[in-house]
Amino acid sequence: MKLTLNVWRQDGPGDSGRMVRYEMPDVNPDMSFLEMLDLLNEGLIEKGEEPVSFDHDCREGICGACGVMIDGRAHGPLPGTTTCQLHMRHYKDGDELTIEPWRSAAFPVVKDLVVDRAAFDRIIEAGGYVSVNTGSAPDANLTPVPKDVADNAFDAATCIGCGACVAQCPNGAAQLFTSAKVSHLGLLPQGQTERWRRVRHMVATMEDEAFGSCTNFTECEAACPKGISIDFIAQMNRDFVRARFRDPEADD
Amino acid sequence: MAWLVDFYRSPLAKKAVMAVTGVMLFGFVIGHMAGNAKMYLGAEVFNHYAEGLRTLGAPLLGHGQALWIARIGLLGAVLLHIWSAWQLTLLNRRARPTAYVRRDLINATYASRTMRWGGVIILLFVVYHLLHLTFGSVHPSFEQGNPYHNVVSGLQNPWVSAFYIVANLALAFHLYHGLWSMFQSLGWNHPSYKSARRIFASVFAVLVAAGNISFPLAVLAGIVK
Ligand code: FES
Repeated sequence: MKLTLNVWRQDGPGDSGRMVRYEMPDVNPDMSFLEMLDLLNEGLIEKGEEPVSFDHDCREGICGACGVMIDGRAHGPLPGTTTCQLHMRHYKDGDELTIEPWRSAAFPVVKDLVVDRAAFDRIIEAGGYVSVNTGSAPDANLTPVPKDVADNAFDAATCIGCGACVAQCPNGAAQLFTSAKVSHLGLLPQGQTERWRRVRHMVATMEDEAFGSCTNFTECEAACPKGISIDFIAQMNRDFVRARFRDPEADD
Repeated sequence: MAWLVDFYRSPLAKKAVMAVTGVMLFGFVIGHMAGNAKMYLGAEVFNHYAEGLRTLGAPLLGHGQALWIARIGLLGAVLLHIWSAWQLTLLNRRARPTAYVRRDLINATYASRTMRWGGVIILLFVVYHLLHLTFGSVHPSFEQGNPYHNVVSGLQNPWVSAFYIVANLALAFHLYHGLWSMFQSLGWNHPSYKSARRIFASVFAVLVAAGNISFPLAVLAGIVK
């Protein structure tokens, strides 16, 4: 099938960038979206032009490296799908697509469609850990965890940190990501010791980065390729206020 | 106290402040609507009710004192609500300095997307409403101590009534998103009532707006005269 692509091209962080139009005369519907971009790049390289930079790694929807705005939606039109798992059969001959990088002050564009998501790493560093030496993997069921709690923590843990929540949010807020990371450990018995400090630190780091603030649009939940629920945001809000009122002067 | 100031620096805390002040203002609009519904019972009952607000809390409180406590509380809530919203809006603008060339929202409701401008409409209306029926300065035939006359003659002007109706439609949308949002911002999402939050928001948004809109309509239709 024949497609027209409008792709954001930006030489580097300092460049102001522009949309460039590419005609794709022969896209195979079995291709993934990233393979389609590979095809575009092969053509560009053959012509001696600079290929389009985009992030990717596993190409099986589990690493969170890929992710672009496709026609104004993070990871494209399908729910629960990363860009690498989106296939061209969902498009039809003659379609025109707009492909842009995540737009967020906290995620500066590195080049073309590649953004720097180190802000997420800094949030993780602030509290995404449990400071107990666990040794080797414990035996199953050694620490009893109620089924619903385990399920909830696991749901939070499925976050792959792709940044779609920030990209889709009209406010550029990182509440969904941060809350998933806070809840993932904060729900489990192993994470209780640092529960209040964790939420304080991770939220403070989130707020130090150039993210916006949640106004409950629920766009993040809809765009999340892992379907992470905004329930975790509510949980984080609750824990954050509780943490402050439990120990108002704490600044550790 | 220093920690409270420090706490308020956090956008998450500002959202909590918006939720708490929002609840206070919600309590007010519900009471205001219910009280005003007394206009259906005639001039005497309505004027008696209005006068009764001044003697609320007697004999513990003096004439009009309860009213002033409520006014100061509401003014504080309004200021905090707007100030937090303003700061968060600036923060959110800064968070996306470059707009998308193409944008497609998935889930965001009309109500959630119009919170800011809806809020501005409501604020402008409140200012007008106070000048109109509390101070009487923009009212053509204001009579001190005769609120029934002021309401009825004021709303007989179709343009004035239209503004009341538009403002209350804006209020309905604002409440629909705000009341639900408040649970989320305060972290109240226990499974036992989670699904009721939307229903709660819809019911009260419609109730407040329908009640308030019925007043100008009733006046225009000659039911209240
Ligand atoms: S490349 Fe790993 S999730 Fe898409």
